[in-house]
Amino acid sequence: MNTVEGLVNQIQGLSTTASDVLSLQNLLKQADDSLHAESTRLFPFLDQLDPSKHSLGYLYFLEACTAGPVTKEQAGSYVLMIARFITSCIAEQIRLAPDKFITVCKRFKDQVLLLEEPLRGVAPMLTAIRKLQSSSEHLTALHPEFLLLCLLSRCYKAGLSILEEDVFEVDQPRDLFLFCYYGGMISIGQKWFQKALELLHNVVTAPMSTVNAIAVEAFKKYILVSLIHHGQSPANLPKYASSVAQRNLKNLCQPYIELANSYSNGKIADIETYVEANKDKFESDNNLGLVKQAVSSMYKRNIQRLTQTYLTLSLQDIANRVQLNSPKEAEMHVLQMIKDGEIYATINQKDGMVRFLEDPEQYKTCEMIEHIDSSIQRLMTLSKKLNGVDELMSCDPLYLLKAGRERQRFDFDDFDNVPQRFNI
Amino acid sequence: MDGIEGASNPMMEEMQANGTGGVDGSPLTSTSRRKNRPIVSGEPLDIEAYAGLYTGRTKIKRLMFIANHCDNPGMQLEALRMANDEIKRGENTHLYREVVQKIDGRLGPNYAMDAAWCSTIERKAEQRKEKLESELNAYRTNLIKESIRMGYNDFGDFYYAHGALGDAFKSYVRTRDYCTTSKHIIQMCLNAILVSIEMVQFSNVTSYVSKAEQTPEALDPPTVAKLCCAAGLAHLEAKKYKLAARKFLEVGPELGNSYSEVIAPQDVATYGGLCALASFDRTELKNKVIDNINFRDFLELVPEVRELINDFYSSHYASCLEYLGNLKSNLMLDIHLYDHVETLYDQIRNKALIQYTLPFVSVDMRMMADAFKTSVVGLEKELEALITDNQIQARIDSHNKILYARHADQRNATFQRVLQTGNEFDQEVRAMLLRSSLLKYDYNIRALRKH
Repeated sequence: MNTVEGLVNQIQGLSTTASDVLSLQNLLKQADDSLHAESTRLFPFLDQLDPSKHSLGYLYFLEACTAGPVTKEQAGSYVLMIARFITSCIAEQIRLAPDKFITVCKRFKDQVLLLEEPLRGVAPMLTAIRKLQSSSEHLTALHPEFLLLCLLSRCYKAGLSILEEDVFEVDQPRDLFLFCYYGGMISIGQKWFQKALELLHNVVTAPMSTVNAIAVEAFKKYILVSLIHHGQSPANLPKYASSVAQRNLKNLCQPYIELANSYSNGKIADIETYVEANKDKFESDNNLGLVKQAVSSMYKRNIQRLTQTYLTLSLQDIANRVQLNSPKEAEMHVLQMIKDGEIYATINQKDGMVRFLEDPEQYKTCEMIEHIDSSIQRLMTLSKKLNGVDELMSCDPLYLLKAGRERQRFDFDDFDNVPQRFNI
Repeated sequence: MDGIEGASNPMMEEMQANGTGGVDGSPLTSTSRRKNRPIVSGEPLDIEAYAGLYTGRTKIKRLMFIANHCDNPGMQLEALRMANDEIKRGENTHLYREVVQKIDGRLGPNYAMDAAWCSTIERKAEQRKEKLESELNAYRTNLIKESIRMGYNDFGDFYYAHGALGDAFKSYVRTRDYCTTSKHIIQMCLNAILVSIEMVQFSNVTSYVSKAEQTPEALDPPTVAKLCCAAGLAHLEAKKYKLAARKFLEVGPELGNSYSEVIAPQDVATYGGLCALASFDRTELKNKVIDNINFRDFLELVPEVRELINDFYSSHYASCLEYLGNLKSNLMLDIHLYDHVETLYDQIRNKALIQYTLPFVSVDMRMMADAFKTSVVGLEKELEALITDNQIQARIDSHNKILYARHADQRNATFQRVLQTGNEFDQEVRAMLLRSSLLKYDYNIRALRKH
């Protein structure tokens, strides 16, 4: 009893200056076990602490409090409390105990899901990420949790703000896998297929020593999105993909590979019968919707191909060539594609003719120049970063150790330049 | 008579074609000219004349090929009868049995199974083989190189005559170690090539052709011609039509009928002409085929091919395609060409279509369909395929049935490419940095475990 009260006093006293907080951190670490032992009695003490001042202490108490199993009623009050804490806590203090903070936030997510109100978690989780991450390039363990909440509450737009940032620093590979996978799904939901492909590509080609379920599911979606977006099955995995992925992924996604094959034959009837025959498999993977999108993208693909060969074509001919049932249907497709900016054409309803036009973009407008300029700027920053990483790498002792060892093995002439062993 | 004029004065012909073809694609001239020109219709192959071009085993093989691939029972029997007669002159009992089985008594008692003949031949063969073996053994004990070579050669001839091609090939190749002059080497190579062609193993043909060409002494013209033919056949078989065409075009007039156990000069003209049409561009066609004096002699032997090449070059596609159509049934009965006829024909047709559209900014598809003797709808399909394949840079105005040439806007294309490349670079680099970060993590874990 005394210890807890003493601790509360110390927290109140030691929460102002940076050095005080550091010593408090040590104290709390030592007291962590006893806090957990008395977790049931801690709840009242929380009122004595101000989350906006005593963030670190509050965090330790909160973590200990919420450690046990939670009922639905409790969850309601916990959610409120944690949400308040997340919004008001001081970033510098909680970063001293990132593990505790992550644990608390994950529990918060669990409780929100227990209440079946994922929407309540979205905003606090975003704040939590912002407070936890050291820079916008840092991928925290909370990123995937946030995206999951976005997915479950169908708040895709909120998720996009995180996805637009480039991440380079990763704590745990699992975080990245999940982040990219959920991110891919959100992008698909927003029909931002380019981004989805990029994210899923990251999952599939990420270094891995064993096949994991995330990569397999991502590969399935990767194939489908590639069909929708590019109209062709993805090329073979690049060389830099792990050998495990190259060897196993295809075998694990056989129905999808076959779908892609029948897609490339260009016969709509074939692909439809194939989808019908394998409906169960796609449905059990929760991919049936995407599969259907892929199938319907075939019409678009075929119409786009026509624009390459024809200047004018009657709707009837389009319907015949694209294997649609009626000119009316063809008109709807063409209209939709013109609306979406996927083809440039005009429909002449009097004669039932479609006139395909060239891409009107002349690359002469100010906007285009600005766009190009901003692209150049972006790429320059990126290549600077690349150089930086390269320099860092060439100074990295671990890398040099390995490189030095390998060089010794292969190339005796260059041996002099690299010391045999580094004294680190 | 028109054709001779075309062949002797190709420059005139070309100018004429350009003068008229530039305006309307020249369907008019081709129709008016065709009226006074006799076109050899697709009359059935004259088997007797055809077989007369060949000797030896290939004659039998070719006749049997015709019998197998021809629907006309009269021609079938004719071919089989001649094959039978030819075999009776030789010693190949295998082929004999095969042919007699095929004839199946349809040609009367004269062509029934002659068991007595077979057994005599086989008995004789047995004796001859023993004799050859003992001779060869004697030579080998005496270690006279030339005699051993002759011995093996005799063995090769013997096996070849009796249809044991594999053994024949081995025996011929064995003479190699006993060759003393380059003449011997060439003889060995020619023998090996002959057998390899019969065995349809054209990779061997290529290697022995190059071996023969590497002999230090200059080859005599007929041998050069023979080697060219063999190399051409090998390329043809490998579907390398352009190389095949070049080889056939190189064949010198010295060939004459000297290689009738493999190929007739008529074949050189047909194979070379068709391959050239399918694979050469216009200038190459002009320089290497039409202006080629050597090859002109060959073409004189097959006027249809000569005519169709000239028609093609002077843009009279309708009559060119008509000639091709007439030739087709006969070409399908050719032992070497039958497999390639369809591909070659498709390529020639596509080439013609491409060439037709090339000089124009816009082409009326009705005129074009006329020139190619097809319907507008069919033509549209063909053109669509070619445009999709990026072989014709044009777009079809299906409403007015006009084909418009399309000139790629370099500037726009460059901008597009630049932006695309930039995006790709962007993505790749980011993905790479991410992966390197993961690898670093992996390293950290391992380093942690070690300490």
